[in-house]
Amino acid sequence: MEQVIMNQLGYPILTTIIFLPVLGSLFILIMRRSWELPVKWIALTTSVLTFIVALPLFTDFDKTTHKMQFVERHSWIQQWNINYYLGVDGISVLLVLLSALSAILCVLISWDSIKTKVKEFYIAILLTTAAMIGVFCSLDFFLFYLFWEAMLIPMFLIIGVWGGPNRVYAAIKFFLYTLVGSVLMLVGIIVLYLYSGRSFDILELTSKSYPYSMQLWLFWAFFAAFAVKVPMWPVHTWLPDAHTEAPTAGSVILAAILIKMGAYGFLRFSLPLFPEASKAMTPVMLTLSIIAIIYGAVICLGQTDLKRLIAYSSVSHMGFVTLGIFALNIQGMEGGILQMINHGVVTGALFLSVGIIYDRTHSRQIADYGGLATVMPTYAAFFMVFTLASIGLPATNGFIGEFLILLGGFTANKLVGVLAATGVIIGAAYMLWLYQKVFFMQTNQKILGLPDMYVREALTLAPLVALVFWIGVYPNSFLSFMHPSVENLLQRVNTAGGIQEISVAKAIMEVMFR
Amino acid sequence: MNFQLPNLDPVTPELVMTSVALVILLLDLIIKRKEIVALLSIAGVLGVAATLIGSSGTTFGGMFISDGYSTFFKLIFFVNVILSVLISIKYIAVEKVNYGEYYGLILFATIGMMLMASAADLIVLYLGLELMALSTYVLAGFIRHEARSSEAALKYFLLGAFSSAFLLYGISIIYGLTGTTNIQAIAAFIVERGLAGKSALLLSVMLLTVAFGFKIAAAPFHMWAPDVYEGAPTSITAFMSVGPKAAGFAVLGRVFMVAFASVTVDWSKILILLSILTMGIGNVVALSQTNIKRMLAYSSIAHAGYALLGIIAANNEGLASMMSYMMIYAFMNIGAFAVIIMLRSEGFKGEGIYDYEGLAKHHPLAAALMLIFMFSLTGIPPTAGFVGKLYLFMAAINAGYTWLVVVAVIFSAISAFFYLRIVMFMYMREPRTEVGLTTSAGTGVVLGITTVAVLFIGVFPSYLLGFARLALAGF
Repeated sequence: MEQVIMNQLGYPILTTIIFLPVLGSLFILIMRRSWELPVKWIALTTSVLTFIVALPLFTDFDKTTHKMQFVERHSWIQQWNINYYLGVDGISVLLVLLSALSAILCVLISWDSIKTKVKEFYIAILLTTAAMIGVFCSLDFFLFYLFWEAMLIPMFLIIGVWGGPNRVYAAIKFFLYTLVGSVLMLVGIIVLYLYSGRSFDILELTSKSYPYSMQLWLFWAFFAAFAVKVPMWPVHTWLPDAHTEAPTAGSVILAAILIKMGAYGFLRFSLPLFPEASKAMTPVMLTLSIIAIIYGAVICLGQTDLKRLIAYSSVSHMGFVTLGIFALNIQGMEGGILQMINHGVVTGALFLSVGIIYDRTHSRQIADYGGLATVMPTYAAFFMVFTLASIGLPATNGFIGEFLILLGGFTANKLVGVLAATGVIIGAAYMLWLYQKVFFMQTNQKILGLPDMYVREALTLAPLVALVFWIGVYPNSFLSFMHPSVENLLQRVNTAGGIQEISVAKAIMEVMFR
Repeated sequence: MNFQLPNLDPVTPELVMTSVALVILLLDLIIKRKEIVALLSIAGVLGVAATLIGSSGTTFGGMFISDGYSTFFKLIFFVNVILSVLISIKYIAVEKVNYGEYYGLILFATIGMMLMASAADLIVLYLGLELMALSTYVLAGFIRHEARSSEAALKYFLLGAFSSAFLLYGISIIYGLTGTTNIQAIAAFIVERGLAGKSALLLSVMLLTVAFGFKIAAAPFHMWAPDVYEGAPTSITAFMSVGPKAAGFAVLGRVFMVAFASVTVDWSKILILLSILTMGIGNVVALSQTNIKRMLAYSSIAHAGYALLGIIAANNEGLASMMSYMMIYAFMNIGAFAVIIMLRSEGFKGEGIYDYEGLAKHHPLAAALMLIFMFSLTGIPPTAGFVGKLYLFMAAINAGYTWLVVVAVIFSAISAFFYLRIVMFMYMREPRTEVGLTTSAGTGVVLGITTVAVLFIGVFPSYLLGFARLALAGF
């Protein structure tokens, strides 16, 4: 096989990291309901083990090639030509590692805060982790869709069972939004499958070319799935509800990984499958990104709920990611991918931080805090790091990502660059304002005597602080993963044939009634 | 007089099944413990399943055919009857209708279905259909002391008789046109005489569509389903939601794909309309149901709409997808009914969806299994429901009906709401009342089988797919 590098390790690493969490959840399943501590330890051990097993992906990754690596391929469902086909490249490898890391953090942060149905909670967390890793590793559309959808089940339960007061509404909204998007993508997948002579092989499909009218239709079918996940304006409305009502671990998974799946989908599928349609749709995508950036940021200014504010800031930051991707140049795209990681780290960290004080006060209202810096100084320091990273201060990871994206944006279109930059400014405004209201000003009587961070909590946040500065100071250790893959992807998009003029009616006829 | 016995090999399963049913009916007089009758019925059905192996061919002058297609459906009927009997054992005792005819009638209904699947002649088809229908009418009204059950039986009977009349009318027109009731011969005659497009033929196609649409509970011929499903004993609801539906699809597939093969253009238009209506009405009306049996009735209507896609595709792949879907539907639907049946206990109906509130708190296993079935009915991977729908969608898109599949997936997303609502009640609400579960070995076995089947087919569908294809090899 020329396109891929078979697994260079002696053991199936990707299968192991997908099924270790599943195995862990099976172990938990056979535990007694009352054995809460062993359950937590199994969950922690499993997630740490998964991360350790995943580390060779970082150290042994061949950064000189765009080809898929650590590839495993086995025949699965012969009748439909479906293979169990896994592999990672420069675009997905970091997301896999981030998923594995976030699982550990989720287990740690939930240690004391989840008190009911403990067993089920950790099963759900581990299963979600497995499915997320599976999504990023799948090289077969059937397998991909299986993980993509299967992940909804545990996530739905995490939000709906252990969430805040309005959790049921949020959970159902989350599920229905994503499901509607996904099923449209499913139709698109089947059309591709049949058109290509019955192949679900993603690498094979992305190397073929399709008629422009078909590309256009399928682009929107896939857009439905990915835009909801990202989420792009105007289908973002599930996100504030889901993020706000989910338990801390749920918010972290949503913010750090789940919404990255949408952007990943654009990179892995939309662009290489439909290069001409993607190019033609760039103005639309850039406009939607800009709206998301500015709209999300402006909405943040008016929030009174901590988690809701961070949730809306995600809309804004993910706008940067899609902007970078659809700038269709190397800076923008690498910035977009890096920003996916950054956003995962920083927003994940912010949700973890909010979870820490929420466990103490059970309030998410900004008005219930004030002067927290005097009560919890260590916590304030941690929060400051993440605030600044979110704003994009130089030497933090946010700066690198946003800088590259703005560079890419300016290259693509001056106006886009300028408008996106205003988003950065508003971003600084609401984050600093948030920090001021919560940590400085008059000390609120309600929060007097709160204990500062526990060691467990500090341990949860420490790796993220390290990542903030690591990416911020030496981004090349992460960017170097992406270069060949991004270049290859851009080449695929840019060498695709010119845009043909086509009547919409003809396109409808061709796709619907072929 | 020279009398020669026709070749009985193809019809062996039906003959053995009839003997089993008659023996069960007689044993009921001797055996007082009805559990034994139930177990003997299951043993009998397993025995009949074994006779399927050597039963291929046509007989009775081409009126009866045993091929891969019919064998596949017969297996669905056997799965259906065995699982239904297992969930009945305890349930009919709780309902205090523990009479022996119950099992006999179930077996007779199954013989009817088997005849339908094997019918190569419209007369045999009609005989099978009536045998099945009459037995299920009685079963639907089996809880004699309850008005709801009697109402269900009466309603089912009246509307069923009406639909049979449509069927007969359709058959008679075809006979008038072609001079035969043999399915193969009809097809040949239509081609030979160029009858395609004749309005009389179209009328008969429409009349048959009405009759079969009634059996598979397709809108607008679905009106009976919610009332009958709600009123009938729950075990019979489970039995009815799978068996007669699958049998309906079996005859629909054979008659339309063989007899009317040359007028595909005409009937596919009718079926497309029917399919959209069925999915729409089933899924949308299910949203507002508060009785779970009624909700599953509408869900069952909706699933008929999805399965129709396979017929509309009008090729072997479409048929294979429809057959696989029926098999998958049998497992996931009876699984869901097995959970519902556990909630029924002495003095507690357990049919309202609010009875599911907080189920996960006291009965986590039952709730978890219900969750699997609900997600499977929605069509979320890695469950069998997803594989089934995917296959139907693939077949329909391959036949050029992309837009119809888009409609289907949208309705399928809508359906997520009412299935999820059950999950939401079980996991995200506090229990209002203490709900006791009526557990029994029978339901335990059924839940075990169905759960394993739903998950196994969901992850390793190869076996089922391969089997469905094999079954259609000579179709």
